[in-house]
Amino acid sequence: MFDQAVAAVEGALAAGATYADARTVVTRHQRLDAADGHISRITEDEKAGVGVRALIGSSWGFFAVNDFEQARAAGERAAAIAAASARVPGQALRLADVPVVEASYATPVDVDPFSVAVSEKGDLLVELTAEMMAGKGISRTSGKLEFWDTNKWFVSSQGHRISQHIVESGGGMDALAIGEAESQVRSYPQSFGQYETGGYEVIGRWNLPGHASRVAEEAAALLSADRCPSAVTDVILEGSQLALQIHESVGHAIELDRILGWEAAFAGTSFLDLAQLGTLRYGSQLMNIQADATIPGALATFGFDDEGTPAQRVPIVSEGIWVGVLSGRDTASIAGLPPGGMVRADGFARIPMVRMTNVGLEPGPHSLEEIIADTREGILMETNRSWSIDDRRLNFQFGCEIGWEIKDGRIGRMLKNPTYTGITPRFWGSLDRLAGGDELIHWGTPNCGKGQPAQVGHTGHSAAPARFHDVRVGVLG
Amino acid sequence: MSRFLELCEEVVERVPAGIEAQANIRVTRKALTRFANSFIHQNVAEDSAVVTLDLADGGRTARAATTLTDDASIERLVAAALAAVALNPVDEYWTGFAPPGEVPAVDHYDPATAAADPGDRAAVVADFIGAGGGLSAAGFCDTTEEILAVANHLGFRFEGAATSAVLDGIHQTPTSAGKAHRASRSLAALDGASVGAEAAGIARAAAGGVDVDPGSYEVVLRPNCVATIGAFVGLYAFGGKAASEGRTQVVVGEAQFDPKVSMRDDVADSAALGLPVDWEGNPKLPVDLIVDGVSRGFVHDRRTAAQMKLSSTGHGWEFSTWFGPAPTNLFIGGGDRSEEEMTASIERGLLVTEFNYCRILDPTTLYVTGLTRNGTFLIEEGKVTRPVSNLRFTESFFETLREGNVLAMGNDPRLADSEYGPRMVHAPTMHLAAWNFTGGARG
Repeated sequence: MFDQAVAAVEGALAAGATYADARTVVTRHQRLDAADGHISRITEDEKAGVGVRALIGSSWGFFAVNDFEQARAAGERAAAIAAASARVPGQALRLADVPVVEASYATPVDVDPFSVAVSEKGDLLVELTAEMMAGKGISRTSGKLEFWDTNKWFVSSQGHRISQHIVESGGGMDALAIGEAESQVRSYPQSFGQYETGGYEVIGRWNLPGHASRVAEEAAALLSADRCPSAVTDVILEGSQLALQIHESVGHAIELDRILGWEAAFAGTSFLDLAQLGTLRYGSQLMNIQADATIPGALATFGFDDEGTPAQRVPIVSEGIWVGVLSGRDTASIAGLPPGGMVRADGFARIPMVRMTNVGLEPGPHSLEEIIADTREGILMETNRSWSIDDRRLNFQFGCEIGWEIKDGRIGRMLKNPTYTGITPRFWGSLDRLAGGDELIHWGTPNCGKGQPAQVGHTGHSAAPARFHDVRVGVLG
Repeated sequence: MSRFLELCEEVVERVPAGIEAQANIRVTRKALTRFANSFIHQNVAEDSAVVTLDLADGGRTARAATTLTDDASIERLVAAALAAVALNPVDEYWTGFAPPGEVPAVDHYDPATAAADPGDRAAVVADFIGAGGGLSAAGFCDTTEEILAVANHLGFRFEGAATSAVLDGIHQTPTSAGKAHRASRSLAALDGASVGAEAAGIARAAAGGVDVDPGSYEVVLRPNCVATIGAFVGLYAFGGKAASEGRTQVVVGEAQFDPKVSMRDDVADSAALGLPVDWEGNPKLPVDLIVDGVSRGFVHDRRTAAQMKLSSTGHGWEFSTWFGPAPTNLFIGGGDRSEEEMTASIERGLLVTEFNYCRILDPTTLYVTGLTRNGTFLIEEGKVTRPVSNLRFTESFFETLREGNVLAMGNDPRLADSEYGPRMVHAPTMHLAAWNFTGGARG
């Protein structure tokens, strides 16, 4: 399958590109959904094609086709598109140097998820959603399992020849309770489900059946729970909520294309200024963030990114100081930084762009039990329900599915509709307790939107429970 | 008959007799020219086709899709769908594919837009940037041609094509940004210079914004904000999933909104974009959601319609299994007031150009949090007096449309940008008595 990518690159070079790369991508995707004890949908799709990127002057031109016989013509089209950009030119783009390699990578897989019978997967979902549905006060339940098997062949005009086989598996479930003019939901393992690189063994590790009854009970109980009070107090975030906090208030903020203004009109920019790299205080001393595409089993783990740069572990925040960014070869060159290998595309038909890898918080010295015991007054919040943050990644507001009042070191009453809001560096500066050990989980986020045309990225975020002090909670309309 | 419809028929014919089958092929030719820092930095295009096969056998259903259209791949597609349909449990809500029947007549296709090249888009972008007079510009101009062919075992046949073009951009000063947006079926209808001038004017007016205290303000919301409100209300309050699950407050026949509020979905309107058949192959029928403040009806896909013992209104979309059917050609009725007239009646309030990052806190009450963006202004004694920093709001998009809170609808409805995309909602400016801002730029 290298042949189509080679033809595309040759076409682009012949049409005037100064640099070109191409990816032949074949993705098999399967998703099963169940609701209320019944299968609601099973889809299986296969997407295959070649996408080629051509650089001329200041602009990338990109063209994708699903007809492999048109690969060379696609390269020519990509170059023509890049050339048309000369009508509105900028400074010529240069690419930071990376090793030119011929290599391959494959996700370690114990059980090929596509070898497991659809009926077995369906039975699991039916069992889960039926058990939750049997819970008193539950109006609707849903469950899903999802699998991707992706083969990529990457070729560049500099001589890269890289093949990769990435396998991703995940799923989850939720129960909905509907009351008088309100609805409450509980999910497991997190609100989007949990996703990892690996095979069907991922599903087994999360023991979904073992949590079905609890999820249903909590959803129903939330209807009669007290509302989260409006206050400024200590907040303890459970790991999956902290993972999304990292995603939104760190992961996107450190994307170099945002910092350089390339996403200004849509996703936005960043409050970070490269002049402050190495000096800006992002958070407290407990805050150590790494972007690590090499973590076994994490969702954004791979061998090479989609422009041939090897997967890396890059420090982002060190003892609270901002020290790193997410970059690709072009953005790194502009910023004068080493390329981080963080450029990926959503399938063959999208241009590679800066995407988060596994951007995670290093573990801390505490445990959740210790953090709770050490909290005089606060709220423990679990599982994301809503998220919103401004275009500079400063002003955020998150809602969670469930909260628990903490008083004098003990968990108290259940609270519904817990929300919290803050300003990114002030919030991270208030991080004062951080769990670690086996409470650190490599959470996967399968639905990161970015770019135009829209791309969905798969990112990872290692996180353990943590406490933040003096946080505004219970934001009401 | 085109080769696309022929291919659909061929796929259906490969399915053994007795099994219900529907095939569609969706061809997308999309090109998008993206600019930032006042130059084109990403310029992309794709030419792709997806063949989808839906099967039903005794109530067992399955779907398979592929981008590969060679004979062997189509054979594999059919085999995969047959294998899946044999394994799947019975879907109690299966009601069958659409029988032969009328599809709304639309003409949303412009050949010149389908043939637009990167030079055409670059020219529009150049005009947008040039109108900024040196401000830093970012945004995109795209053109799309979408072709859909559908055939099923009952004899339903559809083939159609639609085009669209969007120009969406901001101009930026060191302390502000202003946005303008236009969409049409025709690239020629997009005037880069005037759209750029509008964005630059807002950006300059917004420069040096000051913080104001959060709280309840009388507001004038420009069309992009209103489009986002409409998109949320359309999906979460008038979507069939919300209705079938009993988590909407909508009661059909009740006057639940201000009499100035009307919403309808109508793909056949000459100002709409897109194809008249939904993702399930059902004709997309016109639906009144709100008429003069009275709730009228829901949009449905096949599943939610079956759950409520109704017929699909043809509002299934790519992800309706999970989010439910949605109105994607939504028209929010306008009024007779200009933005200036609305502003003139306000003693103290805010003028908002755009919402950003809106997320549902509770789908039943429709409480949403989000932020203002790209131009927020203080109104004092009937005049826009100064720009203000972005604010966070937490507001019920349902309650805000109640009688008494909607003071006026604008005379300027247009295809506006929304949180859910740029091609879906026609919206005017709207004047509301109160809107809850819950946080300022500093938290």
